[in-house]
Amino acid sequence: MAGRRAVILFLGPALLAIGIFFVVPVLAAFVLSFTDFDIYALGNFDFARFVGLKNYAQLLADPLFWKAFRNTLEFLLIGGPLSIGVSLGAALMIQSKLVRWKGFFRTAYFSPVVTTLVAVAVVWRFVYHPRFGILNYLLSLVGIRGVDWLGDQHWAMPAIILMAVWKNFGYNMVIFIAGIQNIPEELYEAASIDGAGRFAQFRSITIPLLAPTTVYISILTMIGYFQLFAEPYVMTQGGPLNSTLSVVLLMYQQGFRWWNMGYSAALAFVLFAFILIGSLIQSRIQKRWEA
Amino acid sequence: MKKTGTVIMYSVLLVAAFLTLAPLVWMVSASVMPTGDASAFPPPFLPSRITFAHYERLFTSLNLARYLFNSAFLAISVTAISLIVNSMAGYAFAKYRFRGRDPLFKLLIASMIIPSQVTMLPLFLMLNKMGFINSYIGVIIPGMASVFGIFLIRQFALSIPDSLIEAARIDGAGDFRIYRSLILPLCRPVLLTLAIFTFMGTWNDFLWPLIVMTDDSMYTLPVALANLSLEHVQDTELMMAGSVITVAPVLILFAAVQRHYISGIMAGGLKE
Repeated sequence: MAGRRAVILFLGPALLAIGIFFVVPVLAAFVLSFTDFDIYALGNFDFARFVGLKNYAQLLADPLFWKAFRNTLEFLLIGGPLSIGVSLGAALMIQSKLVRWKGFFRTAYFSPVVTTLVAVAVVWRFVYHPRFGILNYLLSLVGIRGVDWLGDQHWAMPAIILMAVWKNFGYNMVIFIAGIQNIPEELYEAASIDGAGRFAQFRSITIPLLAPTTVYISILTMIGYFQLFAEPYVMTQGGPLNSTLSVVLLMYQQGFRWWNMGYSAALAFVLFAFILIGSLIQSRIQKRWEA
Repeated sequence: MKKTGTVIMYSVLLVAAFLTLAPLVWMVSASVMPTGDASAFPPPFLPSRITFAHYERLFTSLNLARYLFNSAFLAISVTAISLIVNSMAGYAFAKYRFRGRDPLFKLLIASMIIPSQVTMLPLFLMLNKMGFINSYIGVIIPGMASVFGIFLIRQFALSIPDSLIEAARIDGAGDFRIYRSLILPLCRPVLLTLAIFTFMGTWNDFLWPLIVMTDDSMYTLPVALANLSLEHVQDTELMMAGSVITVAPVLILFAAVQRHYISGIMAGGLKE
């Protein structure tokens, strides 16, 4: 097919937009991370100077950064597997032959996914209210004394994780359902004829065949969970005692509240590096499985 | 044996469905409770009497109509513009042969791993120089094209037979005519899916509008709500009314088009 002009016409707008408003900013952020760009430079770019690796060195020596890093990692390593586990459990139950009304359950579980994060974070702030919250009330019914979820530095992150699992599990559940539907029925029939029980079938057919889906979901979930921001912003502002401060929240505060843009850019690249390393590890695990 | 299994399964599923929907139902219920009612022990699940005073207050003295307009205007604009830009690019990647096409496409896909936060600082400085901070354009610009959108359209457009395009060409249709009158109608299902994704994504977005919109009158609903909720911590019922208004449009949209939305996610998930 000919039509050089057509290609330029069709691709031009998209490539121009991505080039100017994505590629250039990424490169600029990289340069920015080696400068001391601050509020003075905001008025006149000439005030920014190259400082080499100073931002990165400062970052690695900053206890606040390590706090934010540990918090984000906690959110990721506990919240990630938890939400994937709930997604898988929900998908398996909905797809079970015993269950009807699949559409209803699927829609019910999925509805938190489409809601606005800020709005549901506002709602959950009241769910977690120490005196009038529903959660502590439900706990009191079974004789458990509630805690000040968002006001206690040991419970604030678990509370945010619980809300995130509630908000997100429907998304991965739908991908798992698609994966389960893709497993050929004949495999189960053949196994059944060979005398394999339900559990054996689950272990040697369902689990291995869902492995690629699981890796895909893990990478997506990890990328999303690394970017934790709105939940602590609305529910705790990173507190109490910075126990819910995340890397992106720190980046936002440094960059857009204190205008330490050079330092903030370094933080952004550290975030990127984490995501890259995490994805590489996971895709390597996948390759090993396939080999 | 099989029967008890079924009972257990349904019990778990129903309890889980209740727990999943409870916060949303409570949000709606508390939004129509008289002031102070929600702050009681045990927390009431249903209102003692129904009042719409909080909604009224949001619209009369808290400027909510403006935020609603900002959110709707931005979500619709970004959806419309990105649909055109992405569909053209996706079609070109699927059906035109040109040098460097496949490496370029792979490069775009690989770039998806870069988190958008990386671009935010320079983008802010850029838009600041151009005078687009605190303007609609500032929010629309980064949403104009998306690699995800291009990818989705390309995958769909690949399945359109070349013979159809050839036939149109022989009939004398030009490149743009083919795109407009043949490709776009054929791509309707995927365009609808992408439109829903983009609309919801823009509506729910928080960090970027929070950065760009510096003036109260330019806030989107999530930004305004986050701001209000920090000021009116004690006003439970009022905040629930604000949350309902923020969430309702996307939930209603989801209810109307959920088949398209969910099948879009399934398709994306299976293809990698």
